[in-house]
Amino acid sequence: MNVTPALIRLLFFPGLLFAVPAAWLFLWVERKSVALMQQRIGPPFMQPCFDFVKLMGKSTPPRQGVNGLLMRSWPILAVASSIGALALLPVFVHSGGFAGDLILFLGLLEMPAFFVIAAGYTSRSLFAEVGSVREAILSVSYSVVFITAVLAIALSQHSFRLQDLAEVPLSVLRVLGVVAILICIPAKLHINPFSLPNAEQEIYAGPMTEYAGPELAIWEISHGLEWVTMTGLVACLVLPRTGFWFVDALLFVTIALGIVLLLSGVAAATARLTIDAATRFYGRCALVLAVLVVSSFVFMRSGL
Amino acid sequence: MNAGSCNGCDIELVASLTPRYDVEQLGILVQGSPRHADILCITGPVTHNTQKPIQTVYRQVCDPKVVVAIGSCPASTNAFVGSPMVDGPLNRHIPVDVFVPGCPPRPDAIIEGIAKAAQIVAEKRREAASAEGTLASQEQAQ
Repeated sequence: MNVTPALIRLLFFPGLLFAVPAAWLFLWVERKSVALMQQRIGPPFMQPCFDFVKLMGKSTPPRQGVNGLLMRSWPILAVASSIGALALLPVFVHSGGFAGDLILFLGLLEMPAFFVIAAGYTSRSLFAEVGSVREAILSVSYSVVFITAVLAIALSQHSFRLQDLAEVPLSVLRVLGVVAILICIPAKLHINPFSLPNAEQEIYAGPMTEYAGPELAIWEISHGLEWVTMTGLVACLVLPRTGFWFVDALLFVTIALGIVLLLSGVAAATARLTIDAATRFYGRCALVLAVLVVSSFVFMRSGL
Repeated sequence: MNAGSCNGCDIELVASLTPRYDVEQLGILVQGSPRHADILCITGPVTHNTQKPIQTVYRQVCDPKVVVAIGSCPASTNAFVGSPMVDGPLNRHIPVDVFVPGCPPRPDAIIEGIAKAAQIVAEKRREAASAEGTLASQEQAQ
């Protein structure tokens, strides 16, 4: 990949300039749709943006016995890895990429979870540590299913290139892969029924309990970017390519918004599972789905 | 935060979150961690046992912050006046910005009090920003 297109993807579309407003929009759509489903009015349109500006203007508390540099680094690293993953998404036809970018994409996608776990332990709060443990257990559970599903689609194309992945013809395999990824998204985004790591009214705010002010604002942005990346990944896998860049971009945003609505519906309709129930779910039910994806791939390869 | 309240005001506070009143339409959210909060709502007449936790939680909220005393108890200790277990009113321990009277106050009154508190947060932030600007210009002049 050349430097100029790479920078355009990183800074403009689908990178920073698109992703930050999109993250606020997606967070608002999630809050608003949950409110409407509960027969409430919900927050004003600009609320996630106002929250960000407000948090940026707040002071950071003095901390004793905590490594301040590490505390400040984790949210910035999480945002950087999310933006990196987002920039690799193949939204357009022939949008570049390089051989093996799928491996980098999966690695960057897993990094925010690792930074959340590290942030919880760095803050040395009891609630944050409980949240970090839950995040660690949950990420091990869903990652098996998520990575198996993505790799099965990749192997059917004989390629570790995201561009080839997005161009898989419609098949049982692709549908199963997308369903498996969709099942993993609530756990990755910490929404119901897998809102265990940041369980409100239970362990306060999980790993984020001790974060405040600008650091918390950057964590909020990181969370929003994870929404854009995960919904964007599914959108890229189901996106019909028209060849016109603006139509493709519009379809990308529309499909991603549709997935946000679907996930909000699931979040509003379900209650939080316990950690053992969540791991059992991914261990038994979702693994079956992953096995189906792999067997479907085997049948496809053997021409059955 | 409950500072020895009979739970009446807490129930009214929870009622303001329900679909009937929906406090989120004003952009207000309940936060579990004091680090994430701007407005600290306190109910109850302040008992001896809750004095220190109130001051701890008050210190944990980052500036600019505002305290809302909900109900008559934190304002005047109400029915518990003269009790040996009570060390109120609240403004003896921490500065209070908004009082919402009532025993218990209606959710509408609580929401109005929190909306006023949000305005005070904005004013405090503007004051802090202008004080920082003045300080910076003084440093430049020196």
